[in-house]
Amino acid sequence: MAKNNRKQKSISKTCAQLGMLLALALLCSYIESLIPFNFGVPGIKLGLTNIVVLLTMYLMGLKEAFLVSIARIILAGLLFGNMFAIVYSLAGGILSFLVMAFLKNVMKLNILSVSGAGGVFHNLGQLMVAALVIENMNLLYYMSVLFFAGLVTGLLIGLVSREIVARLKEF
Amino acid sequence: MSRQSGNKIRSKGTEKSSREAAAAKRNRGLSRLQKKDFIFLGILALVAIAFLLWFLLGYRKSGNRVEITVDDEFYGTYDLNEEQEIPIEIGGTVTNILLIRDGEADMTEADCPDQICVRHVSISHVGENIVCLPNRVVVSVTGEEEPQLDSVAQ
Repeated sequence: MAKNNRKQKSISKTCAQLGMLLALALLCSYIESLIPFNFGVPGIKLGLTNIVVLLTMYLMGLKEAFLVSIARIILAGLLFGNMFAIVYSLAGGILSFLVMAFLKNVMKLNILSVSGAGGVFHNLGQLMVAALVIENMNLLYYMSVLFFAGLVTGLLIGLVSREIVARLKEF
Repeated sequence: MSRQSGNKIRSKGTEKSSREAAAAKRNRGLSRLQKKDFIFLGILALVAIAFLLWFLLGYRKSGNRVEITVDDEFYGTYDLNEEQEIPIEIGGTVTNILLIRDGEADMTEADCPDQICVRHVSISHVGENIVCLPNRVVVSVTGEEEPQLDSVAQ
């Protein structure tokens, strides 16, 4: 009985935490949509929401992080974007998540590496779907710029995430 | 009394160090970069730099024509050295307007919600392109001299 009770309590705690993290991720999406981040090449962005995904990944677990990531993309797409945005973000989000999960749990790399690779593969995933939709392999021309941008922004996000995760681990 | 407190301090000390060890174990992947991280990040950085070099050195050749495709179908090619405004029509309505000026092509108008193609920089090098995903319009720079005979013969 007591055990059951505790289990229930932890489930509701998880629910509340996941809800909070999802709200945080949506907020990050919103803030990012407000920043006019234009380098003339589509697809370069900061990736603020990846902070929340990394946070969930390190504090709660992979399954939870996947849930937050996917729910965030669909909701943010409906709120601030369109169907295209959802499809491309999903491709990028899922690919970068798989890579990050592999690097974190199998390779046991540092959060900086995990985040850097996450940024790169988010861009690559989106680009691959764009190239498939448009059936124009010239799009891979963007890859050079997006690869570099993904690495730089990913490392920045990784630095921020490392500080946040290290502080929140106490709780 | 004093010995007791000394014991206490010592036990506190070991407790603390074991707690620190546990924390360090939990924090693995957070604090220090390991050798494999440096190797991994080094490889990523090398690939990124190689891509950038390829982009900056090898791939940038000035083109002289732009080719427009709509929904994977050929729409037309235009001379980059001739100043012109090209309305792109899909199903009778003009969805995008491409402006060619000073050897560069720039999308000036689009009826799509995201306006990514409009914000895109002007293109002038072979292989560069502007894509309007919602309208499935692709504008790319080509380097061929001769106009496409097939489209003229149609």
